[in-house]
Amino acid sequence: MNWTRRLINPVINKEFRLRMRSPRSMMSVLFYVLALGVVAMGFIYLTLYLDQRSSQRFNAQASQMMFYVLSFAQLILIAFMAPALTAGVVSSEREKQTLSMLLTTQQSSTTIILSKLASALSFMALIVLATLPVYSIVFLYGGISPKQMVSVFLFYLFVMLLLGALGVMFSTLFKRTIIAVIVTYGTGLIIFLVTGLLYLFCMGIAQQNMYSSGQPAPGTYSWVGYLLGLNPAGAMVSLLNPTFSRDAFLMYGGSLNSEPPIQLWLEFVLVYSVVIVLALLIAIRNIRPVARRKRKKDGGPKAGQAAEQAQQEVGQAEQPSQS
Amino acid sequence: MIEIRNLSKRYGNFHALKEINLEIGKGTVFGFVGPNGAGKSTTMSILATLMLPTSGVAKVDGYDVTQYPKEVRKRIGYMPDFFGVYDQLKATEYLHFYGASYGIPRTEREQLIPQLLELVNLSDKADAYVDTLSRGMKQRLCLARCLVHDPEVLILDEPASGLDPRARIEMREILKELKLMGKTIIISSHILPELAEMVDEIGVIEHGEMIAQGKVADIQNRLRVKKVIHIRTLEREEELAAKLRDEPHVSSVLTDNTGVHVHYSGDDVQQSALLRQVISWEIPIVSFQEAQSNLEDVFLEITKGGARE
Ligand SMILES: Nc1ncnc2c1ncn2[C@@H]1O[C@H](COP(=O)(O)OP(=O)(O)O)[C@@H](O)[C@H]1O
Ligand SMILES: [Mg+2]
Repeated sequence: MNWTRRLINPVINKEFRLRMRSPRSMMSVLFYVLALGVVAMGFIYLTLYLDQRSSQRFNAQASQMMFYVLSFAQLILIAFMAPALTAGVVSSEREKQTLSMLLTTQQSSTTIILSKLASALSFMALIVLATLPVYSIVFLYGGISPKQMVSVFLFYLFVMLLLGALGVMFSTLFKRTIIAVIVTYGTGLIIFLVTGLLYLFCMGIAQQNMYSSGQPAPGTYSWVGYLLGLNPAGAMVSLLNPTFSRDAFLMYGGSLNSEPPIQLWLEFVLVYSVVIVLALLIAIRNIRPVARRKRKKDGGPKAGQAAEQAQQEVGQAEQPSQS
Repeated sequence: MIEIRNLSKRYGNFHALKEINLEIGKGTVFGFVGPNGAGKSTTMSILATLMLPTSGVAKVDGYDVTQYPKEVRKRIGYMPDFFGVYDQLKATEYLHFYGASYGIPRTEREQLIPQLLELVNLSDKADAYVDTLSRGMKQRLCLARCLVHDPEVLILDEPASGLDPRARIEMREILKELKLMGKTIIISSHILPELAEMVDEIGVIEHGEMIAQGKVADIQNRLRVKKVIHIRTLEREEELAAKLRDEPHVSSVLTDNTGVHVHYSGDDVQQSALLRQVISWEIPIVSFQEAQSNLEDVFLEITKGGARE
């Protein structure tokens, strides 16, 4: 009883209700699943009817291929969905003029931000889970292990958390939702596209240098590989294909059998965890005006008591339980 | 209960509040009056911990709003001048949400919310979605929302703005009840008569400066607002007006289609002598009435700028 009160705080409760009551939410589930379904159907159509060399049969290999395609499609869909669902959570309350009243309640800034993010994440998780039936063909023909499947879905959750935290942060930084959404998409574009292009570009230059300096150095990994670890697609492939991380760090023509400096997905998770934490701290700090605490003796008639209260307030995420 | 000392707020180069001082005692209903853009909302949102002042101090129940915002929030119910509602919630859910946000346990809320709805005359709308309510109803619902945590201080920013006269009267009745409950209330308006009957004190603000404040009666006295006597006759209005102009203590006489308006500065004894005098002229008088000198006159007088100290 008590832990549900903790977990389902008033803000989350309200966010859930509002979201599930809006017809737009149900439409977005529908269109999302439809979009992924079209990708699956398109893939099956291409393999079975267009590829003349194939045996025109759907086998485990094709099934594995299909899983890759679906995984990428899903990643792109998430990149489009997450900013739209999170970049408005604070600014839209400001626009609808409900924010000031929410801010005068006893809910701490941390609770408000985390609850809003959690609610958006739950909804996205629901949508992603709703696409599971599309994967049934993959299950049917095999070629992919349940462990890979689970790790990819956990990876999605992390990407949603990343884009969501950025979206919520921009939502507190910009007064207008539309600007927050655009900036979040822009940041998403940097994470998804620019990191990948930068990797290819730098790899090209490094390769050039290697040739012009005469002797290839087959025993070394290039730092350029770290760039690919910042890219969600690169990180995801490294989850599916264990040798991919090594290839990413390796120069063309080089060969090495030892372990790569770091698995790309691990790098991705480590680096962006820092980004997520920073984004959330900025969001929490920005939602309310915070005065610099100058503790003087004349804090008030109940200064001692108040100081105690203020101490509890710092970093307090749960609601004050009335006992 | 509320203490404001040298409070200033700047937006860039614009001084919205200039060194405001204000003290409001417990249980006082304070009318905060001034034209649009005077700085009322700015002051109120600083008190509501939504905005930081540029300099100066504001305290609620002894707690500085910038240093102990959480303590202040416990003690205030704030109603912004423009507010929105969560359309997809029902009236009760709406109040449940805010109640829970103030940490009130569910069982307590289930008893409290019907009472609050009763207080603001919305009992029959308990299960209606908020977006189906009229503006006046939303305003009252918002007022109920301010009360969920039983705050000692109510900060109501133009609670009657945009309401039709009927809704305005309903709002006023509710506020009277709150006053009886002993709440300290700050209520702002750019229209004074709205508040006339219920405020104990007023503060007049203009261009970010408090230009007058104190008990309503004191302010009226200090500004020596003259009594207006309204006389209605069956005929010979012009003759009456002409004769009145020569009477002592009469500063001016105006006539319009509602009768004769005499601006009078005599006391009650002199006024009764005037009445006898008027009757002795044998003009058919229908009524002789001292018009309620209303706050609006005070307000206009002050904000004209002429009465500035
Ligand atoms: N966020 C803001 N940025 C710049 N100027 C503002 C802002 N908010 C209010 N003002 C200005 O401050 C003045 C006081 O505003 P306000 O307190 O809302 O007045 P009132 O509520 O008395 O009508 C106005 O001139 C307004 O234009
Ligand atoms: Mg205002």
